[in-house]
Amino acid sequence: MRYSGLKVITEGLFGNKGWRPAWRNPEPKAEYDAIIIGGGGHGLSTAYYLARNHGMRNIAVLEKGYLGGGNVGRNTTIVRANYFLPGNSEFYSHSLKLWEGLEAELNYNVMHSQRGLINLFHSDGQRDAFARRGNSMVNQGDDAILLDRDGVRELLPYLDFEQTRFPIYGGLLHPRGGTARHDAVAWGYARGADRRGVDLIQNCEVTGIDIENGRVTGVQTTRGAIRARKVGILVAGRSGQVAAMAGMRLPIESHVLQAFVTEGLKPVIDHVISFGMGHFYISQSDKGGLVFGGDIDFYASYASRGNLPMVEHVMEAGMTLMPMIGRAKVLRSWGGIMDMTPDGSPIIDKTDIDGLFIDCGWNYGGFKAVPASGWCMAHLMATGESHAVARRFRLNRFLTGHLLDEEGTGSQHNLH
Amino acid sequence: MRIPCPLCGPRDRREFYYYGADDYLRRPEEGAPPEAWDAYLHLRDNPAGVTRDLWHHEMGCSAWLVVTRNTVTHEVISVRLASEKEAAK
Ligand SMILES: Cc1cc2nc3c(=O)[nH]c(=O)nc-3n(C[C@H](O)[C@H](O)[C@H](O)COP(=O)(O)OP(=O)(O)OC[C@H]3O[C@@H](n4cnc5c(N)ncnc54)[C@H](O)[C@@H]3O)c2cc1C
Ligand SMILES: [Zn+2]
Repeated sequence: MRYSGLKVITEGLFGNKGWRPAWRNPEPKAEYDAIIIGGGGHGLSTAYYLARNHGMRNIAVLEKGYLGGGNVGRNTTIVRANYFLPGNSEFYSHSLKLWEGLEAELNYNVMHSQRGLINLFHSDGQRDAFARRGNSMVNQGDDAILLDRDGVRELLPYLDFEQTRFPIYGGLLHPRGGTARHDAVAWGYARGADRRGVDLIQNCEVTGIDIENGRVTGVQTTRGAIRARKVGILVAGRSGQVAAMAGMRLPIESHVLQAFVTEGLKPVIDHVISFGMGHFYISQSDKGGLVFGGDIDFYASYASRGNLPMVEHVMEAGMTLMPMIGRAKVLRSWGGIMDMTPDGSPIIDKTDIDGLFIDCGWNYGGFKAVPASGWCMAHLMATGESHAVARRFRLNRFLTGHLLDEEGTGSQHNLH
Repeated sequence: MRIPCPLCGPRDRREFYYYGADDYLRRPEEGAPPEAWDAYLHLRDNPAGVTRDLWHHEMGCSAWLVVTRNTVTHEVISVRLASEKEAAK
């Protein structure tokens, strides 16, 4: 069924009786050409592009819970291409271009809103660093505008420009940055994959990976054994456990990242804004809630809820930057389990086991990556070669020293 | 989360700096191959359940602690001084 404005109107006129489920609910088959472990954003987009770009049809996505129930449905939905390092820059640039065509591509409203992202800076040093980042974004073909204090004041008059502890010097505006509806991205890819014949199998937890003579032959699941010559692991915060089923240890530690949302308010914050002192960022959802967050909780954790010190820090930073939000009521807070790598950059690579591939290490930034990660992982699984824009996301880069330390803080698990 | 420091008693999480898994206590010998250093610095078991990691009582006695705790429930099971653990080996 194609979705369209006309369809909405005609369905409205005839009692909305014509809508059908957006995807099938098939039983797992005994064998597939490729198995994708994990029905989050990355798993679903990989399955979609395996079918769309590489003509594969006999594919299953195995999800232990329900589609989109992981981080893809828990994030703060920021989509941007403001990376600096070669390796990251071309990848996120590619991803943003895919985002810009995604709704037409999927025939699904993912509510991609390029409302502009503003990273504030608060010192001469920070300004220099952002100016340099902006130049590298422009060189990559993306957009960046360096705003001075008055430029920021014009766009964001409600910030506290008077406080002296962290004076606002200006901001780097990335006009094509913005947000999207997170669930819709998962649903859109799920529907697109299903329509191309991919079996989306929910409530199916992978409990073992079968390997014979150094080659993957299939997986064990809570719904029985399933054979496949190609298996991709895309389980975000659970990467360590699933990789262990294949005898691997990963350069990953799982940490909790929290987010918060207020009651719905009239439109008040038009952009995505990040505070350069203390970690805080905010946008307003289409429902009106202020959606905001900060840093990870900074210790290894699988609890899908956060700690109080970080709640406090985020609230303090928010009040410092924009005191006007102090009267909004926080409705909910939640946490997601992040797959943190030592250098803060992801991995899309083969493993030492033939036919077994892994896509992980998205840290707190994997939502914007959903289209390009699926695109590149599908390329890798279908052709055996890394895609040009993902060729530096190597699994062994910590061994070889080819780090991608975007923040420049060092390569250690507790730093990013 | 509160961590019972053996020297200071139970203290708020805010007083501590988290360093990472206790793999850091098993430093390879000089001249060990790069793989050993990679395992020491980067590769982790990353368990969902009981883990052992290193914390620094930064805003307290400044001791390095080995904390055995559960990453799912945040229960702290036991804490000892890193120096003691090394001596016990
Ligand atoms: C609070 C918060 C805010 C964030 N904000 C942003 C942001 O603003 N911008 C941005 O770009 N990124 C953001 N992120 C990061 C982003 O959400 C993640 O990097 C990304 O969603 C991870 O990839 P995924 O969608 O595939 O993960 P998930 O949706 O977590 O998918 C993994 C799936 O694997 C399944 N799984 C696990 N183990 C098994 C198994 N054994 N068998 C079968 N299935 C299994 C899980 O159930 C899950 O559904 C944020 C994350 C959080 C938590
Ligand atoms: Zn102490």
